[in-house]
Amino acid sequence: MELQTDYMGLKLKNPIVASACPLTKDLDRVKEMEESGVAGIILPSLFEEEISYDQHAMDQFLNYSTHSVGSEATSFFPEPENFKNFEGEEYLESLRRIKASVGIPIIGSLNGSTAGGWVKYAKLIQEAGADALELNIFFIPTEVNLTGAEVENRYVEILKLVKAQVSIPVAIKMTPFFSSIGNMAKRFDDAGANGLVLFNRFQGPDFDLDKLEAAMKPSFSTHSDIRLPLHWTAILFGKVKASLAATRGIKSGIDVLKMIMAGADATMITSLFYQEGVYCASRIIKEMTHWMEEHEYQSIRQMKGSMSYIHVADKSAFVRANYMKMLRAI
Amino acid sequence: MTTSNKILIDGNEAAAHIAYRVSEVIAIYPITPSSNMGEWADAWSAEATPNIWGTIPNVVEMQSEGGAAGAVHGALQAGSLSTTFTASQGLLLMIPNMYKIAGELTPTVFHIAARSLAAQALSIFGDHSDVMSARQTGFAMLCSNSVQETMDMALIAHAATLQASVPFVHFFDGFRTSHEVAKIDEVSDSTIKAMIHDEDVMNFRERALTPDRPVIRGTAQNPDVYFQGRETCNPFYARTPQIVDDCMKSFAKLTGRKYDLFNYVGAPDAERVIVMMGSGAEAAHELVDVLLERGEKIGLLKVRLYRPFSIERFVQALPKTLKSLAVLDRTKEPGAIGDPLYLDVVTAITETFQNGAAPFKTFPKIFGGRYGLSSKEFTPAMIKAVYDELKKERPKNHFTIGINDDVSHTSLEWDKNFSIEKESTFRGIFWGLGADGTVSANKNSIKIIGEETENFAQGYFVYDSKKSGSVTTSYLRFGKNPIRSSYLISTANFVACHQFQFLEQFDVLEKAAPGATFLLNSPYSKDQVWDHLPHSVQETIIAKKLNFHAIDAVKVARETGMGGRVNTIMQTCFFAISGILPADESIAKIKLAIKKTFGKKGDEIVNQNYKAVDMTVQNLFKVIVPQRATSKIVLSSAVADHAPDFVKQVTCAIMAGKGDELPVSKIPHDGTYPVGTTKWEKRNIAQDIPVWESDICIQCGKCAFICPHGVIRSKVYEEKDLSGAPATYKSTKTKGNDFGAGTLYTIQVAPEDCTGCELCVEICPAKSKTDSSKKAINMAPQRPIRETEKANWDFFLIIPEYDRNKIKSHTVKGSQILQPLFEFSGACAGCGETPYIKLATQLFGDRMLVANATGCSSIYGGNLPTTPYTHETSGRGPAWSNSLFEDNAEFGLGYRLAINKKKVQAEELLKKLSSQVGDSLVTSILNSNQTDEAEIFAQRERVAVLKDKISKISTSDAKHLSSLADYLVKKSVWIIGGDGWAYDIGYGGLDHVLASGADVNVLVLDTEVYSNTGGQMSKSTPIGAVAKFAAAGRPTGKKDLGLLAMSYGHVYVAKVAMGANDTHTLKAFLEAERYPGPSLIIAYSPCIAHGYNLRYQATQQKMAVDSGHWHLYRYNPDSPQKGLNPFVMDSKTPKTQLKDYMDQEARFKMLKKIDPARAELLYGKAQQFVNEKYKFYDALAKMNQAEGKTDQT
Repeated sequence: MELQTDYMGLKLKNPIVASACPLTKDLDRVKEMEESGVAGIILPSLFEEEISYDQHAMDQFLNYSTHSVGSEATSFFPEPENFKNFEGEEYLESLRRIKASVGIPIIGSLNGSTAGGWVKYAKLIQEAGADALELNIFFIPTEVNLTGAEVENRYVEILKLVKAQVSIPVAIKMTPFFSSIGNMAKRFDDAGANGLVLFNRFQGPDFDLDKLEAAMKPSFSTHSDIRLPLHWTAILFGKVKASLAATRGIKSGIDVLKMIMAGADATMITSLFYQEGVYCASRIIKEMTHWMEEHEYQSIRQMKGSMSYIHVADKSAFVRANYMKMLRAI
Repeated sequence: MTTSNKILIDGNEAAAHIAYRVSEVIAIYPITPSSNMGEWADAWSAEATPNIWGTIPNVVEMQSEGGAAGAVHGALQAGSLSTTFTASQGLLLMIPNMYKIAGELTPTVFHIAARSLAAQALSIFGDHSDVMSARQTGFAMLCSNSVQETMDMALIAHAATLQASVPFVHFFDGFRTSHEVAKIDEVSDSTIKAMIHDEDVMNFRERALTPDRPVIRGTAQNPDVYFQGRETCNPFYARTPQIVDDCMKSFAKLTGRKYDLFNYVGAPDAERVIVMMGSGAEAAHELVDVLLERGEKIGLLKVRLYRPFSIERFVQALPKTLKSLAVLDRTKEPGAIGDPLYLDVVTAITETFQNGAAPFKTFPKIFGGRYGLSSKEFTPAMIKAVYDELKKERPKNHFTIGINDDVSHTSLEWDKNFSIEKESTFRGIFWGLGADGTVSANKNSIKIIGEETENFAQGYFVYDSKKSGSVTTSYLRFGKNPIRSSYLISTANFVACHQFQFLEQFDVLEKAAPGATFLLNSPYSKDQVWDHLPHSVQETIIAKKLNFHAIDAVKVARETGMGGRVNTIMQTCFFAISGILPADESIAKIKLAIKKTFGKKGDEIVNQNYKAVDMTVQNLFKVIVPQRATSKIVLSSAVADHAPDFVKQVTCAIMAGKGDELPVSKIPHDGTYPVGTTKWEKRNIAQDIPVWESDICIQCGKCAFICPHGVIRSKVYEEKDLSGAPATYKSTKTKGNDFGAGTLYTIQVAPEDCTGCELCVEICPAKSKTDSSKKAINMAPQRPIRETEKANWDFFLIIPEYDRNKIKSHTVKGSQILQPLFEFSGACAGCGETPYIKLATQLFGDRMLVANATGCSSIYGGNLPTTPYTHETSGRGPAWSNSLFEDNAEFGLGYRLAINKKKVQAEELLKKLSSQVGDSLVTSILNSNQTDEAEIFAQRERVAVLKDKISKISTSDAKHLSSLADYLVKKSVWIIGGDGWAYDIGYGGLDHVLASGADVNVLVLDTEVYSNTGGQMSKSTPIGAVAKFAAAGRPTGKKDLGLLAMSYGHVYVAKVAMGANDTHTLKAFLEAERYPGPSLIIAYSPCIAHGYNLRYQATQQKMAVDSGHWHLYRYNPDSPQKGLNPFVMDSKTPKTQLKDYMDQEARFKMLKKIDPARAELLYGKAQQFVNEKYKFYDALAKMNQAEGKTDQT
């Protein structure tokens, strides 16, 4: 069965890509993923805040709050001649190590929200051997005077800055919260995005009522989460030059095939790796192959976008009428 | 001659630079002011810096200086070139080994930053008391007077020791030289190699103990030969002066810097000469140069090689015209006929005359004087007074200079206005706060000016004795000529004040010269700043015609993301207006320095600092000074009018920085000081203080429990006590049934004593039902509420304390109604140690004696000017003393032995006097078990009756009983110290005291590092932590002190973490004190050395417990008698990964930034370590589970 696919020019042996998560920085896990059939790896994100926080925290605690406390303790830490890893060296080293140890494409990931100095890491990630870069712009506009246009411009500006740094393909992981997702996809496309990842799953805070505190608690995607990316992949297919990747709620080979038929060039998995283990990829591939054999498909290419907006007969399923139909069904 | 490389370093680094390069084994232990030498050696070793033979010295931290000397002795015997560094008490601990090393004629150099010895008080500052205590050991002694000399003499000592086979002490003045930053010529490796001869090294190795050619050394000898054996070394000592002289000559050829065993400077025909050694000689040299120009016939003899003392060379160095000689000692030997150098000089000259070899026409008059103890300022004015004294017909002998001795009248007067500061030398004084970066910025400025210009440079930094809100003053000199001024600046042509509030607290402009430039960090604009200055400051600015500039550096810092760090901004201002460098050039240099300093920590920090530099120039302004002072701000006196006389006359002077002016008669003669004096020192260091919301409060007491400074308190009282309360005084009804109906409750903050650490706010569990961001305690700016809260605090204090007998002190809430008898210490804001001490004083303070090991707790507990230990209205409170670092457990045991003995004596007398005082009273006193507050109270009442009765009996027995009767009431002995003491230097004694079975309570304030000396590794330091002396991260696990104590079976042991479980801590304290044998409480104490914002320490303590880093448990030896397992695990199975805890602290995280691979290895090892530890404890806790019995009460 021909499962190969092309994502931003990267040749993937099948559409299954491991999303950015802590597992993908662990070389042993990555090797296991490759063994089980995963076709590409996105490294965990190098966070703008992490780079910035580490620099500031070390500066504060090594140079100020522990300095000149008194005659006896003029400082509290040894001051090494050289520091490493304030500029993401560990991340880059991990990228190099993983790249050298596996044969599948490795995609670096950057997570930030400002057009700050951190975009320079795009180039460093490229130099360290990444085959592509995924850009995760995580910006929560809590200021009510901030307009949608300003937020959108900020996203496009950051993408352009990053594109200017690198020659490898750049994907942008999109938020589903734009007023006009299609228009933003087009703007990213015009700004040079090589891939659009649908969608970023924002982990909102939970409340702890005993402490009256908001707390971050990671949660896994559920199967019903597949609907949103499926929907938008289908709408965007054929309307942008960029490759499309679908992520959220993928739990089976059937889910992958749905995404492909909607128009995805690649599908991305995280939660399932935690829920079932990294070897779930082989099950998914088996399920895909089995379904395709049963239904006499020869290749992934064949089915790509076959159920996208431009190719389905009843387009009402993609628009408002669909909503009304569903309500009646309840 | 090799070309010179100019560098800017301090004396410690200068000595370590040489010692490291010519050593193979280095044994270290921290002690101020020498710790930095060991730190340098450890850091270089961690970075794999080789010595001159291309190998990396083996640097090992020992458990004490005694251990370091032992390790050096062993390494020398086994044939490795070895060295160590120490000072003061550390040197005393090395003395036994020094006799051995010298007796065995073994070459080594001990580098000493000379420091006072603890006598009537401890002092960390510089004098020669320590080195003079080692002068009899057989070590040669070579003295350096400046930073340059420290590097030079260090090498001369290492070269000479190898040739002479006599070990050397190389010493220089603690702080004045060890911590002074100066521009010097670096001694190059080629010079070092040329000075250290291979054949000497080979000869040394030949003497090594080795089974390949075995000998024995260190025999025991008998009356027949020991004496002769002792005399065998004489030829070695006889030739040592010549060897040193030869080394000095070789050194001069290599570097151009010439030294003699005794260096004379002055008139060839001088009649009056001073003999001295150490940094003070540089000030004397400077004065001599000036007085020679004025035609005075004076001279100065600098003693360099003090032991072996060459009489011949000494006498030759003196002018033949000599008539009178003043020998200045920087040490005191009470009861001696003179101090050591004086006696040496008298002997030398007398012997010369006796032998007929005197070059002098007449026997000169010789006078001894003492100066500079504990870094007391030693200025040209004082030295001139000594020369002037020698002019007199009958000069004072055994005089002192630098103090006013109105008791023994030894002191010389000096002219306080005499100054020889050169106008051509730039002299700047910078006032800053410890954490605002002022000192770092000034060190940077010195580097810029020293490295980029031809100027010589000197920087010296003075800190006050507080750990929170510490005031720093930086003294910087720059000039075309070498700077010998080994004293503080007396007249400055530049004064910078980096904190506006200092203008109200200190006489910042006292030393400003007329026409000087004054730079002020001010929150006020160009138009407003003048009106906000105190009246006296305005007057000074006008009178001295100061060139006044100001900037709102805090605003610039905020706008450029620098937070509260004003260092770069103020440094830029300094360059902009001081004219030391052209303005543009200086900006470029500052930016270069920023790149050098911060570049290794990432571009963001560099760019942020660049931005601050650029914005500074735009915001700096010159203030137009009006003709007259108009300010209505008049400074008030430092302490309240109703303070005791001692506080007003002595404490207040010290607080105001005028301690130098106190005469001898004002100082207690035996080191005894009153307690409860911190309350008079209103420091106002917090910008924001906590404010209580009575309607939100649930009255849990957690805020008061965790407060490190005893500034937030709770009180329960009757409604009638509210009479006369200020209008803003807050009060609410007590909740629950612990107190009587109608009682009231208040939480009150001491606004002027709070450090603003915010621990109380973080720990507060109560939140508003309508706004979850609002707690029962919230921070608010201090200044607007200072006066009202002062009045409220004063009112709070006069409300009577709640009856102790009615308080449920076993609850957190109840314990916090008890009055703390430890308050307002100078500990760091957010200190993790002090809440434990405070708790102990609340529970047991009225019957408590504290033996305190040297360390942080002895500094914030007992460093002048004020004392945080206090007393309750009855007059009872903790009695406190500090003996040494190493002997604290033994010291505390001594308390217990004395108390027990006195109790037994009292009981014996009581029985004897039974018929006279009444059998029933005697029986009830003797049978009292005093296991709880009520019983102790009752016993006190009985003893009061007893004392009343015996006061009417006039027999000797009655008198004795009267003086011993108070010992019939229970006394609680607390032995308190840090992990450096308990795990390392004092462990032997602690172990012995625990083994003794005596009823003592040991509280280990475990910060997992030597906190007081600046964060050196102890055996409590966990795996993976980066610390001084563990620059590469500690590779091995922390010692399990609790388990070692438990192994005795009779020691109560508890491991507590107040922030993780306050109830558990309280229970452990109560159980430990009640247990009639030895108790050990190991208390997790967050410290700034952990590298995180201590505001979050309670959360971090929870993480320590949740991750298994810090298990909570109690081991009660009484439990087996009740059929219970003595060991109770009080914390649950670890539920988080250790790395989650470690990543929150810079001490661990920085290893990831230094050596990621090692960090990964050590993180893994650390996790494994805690896993194994948990398994072990878990098994221990389940040992009696078969019977289903553990004490979970």
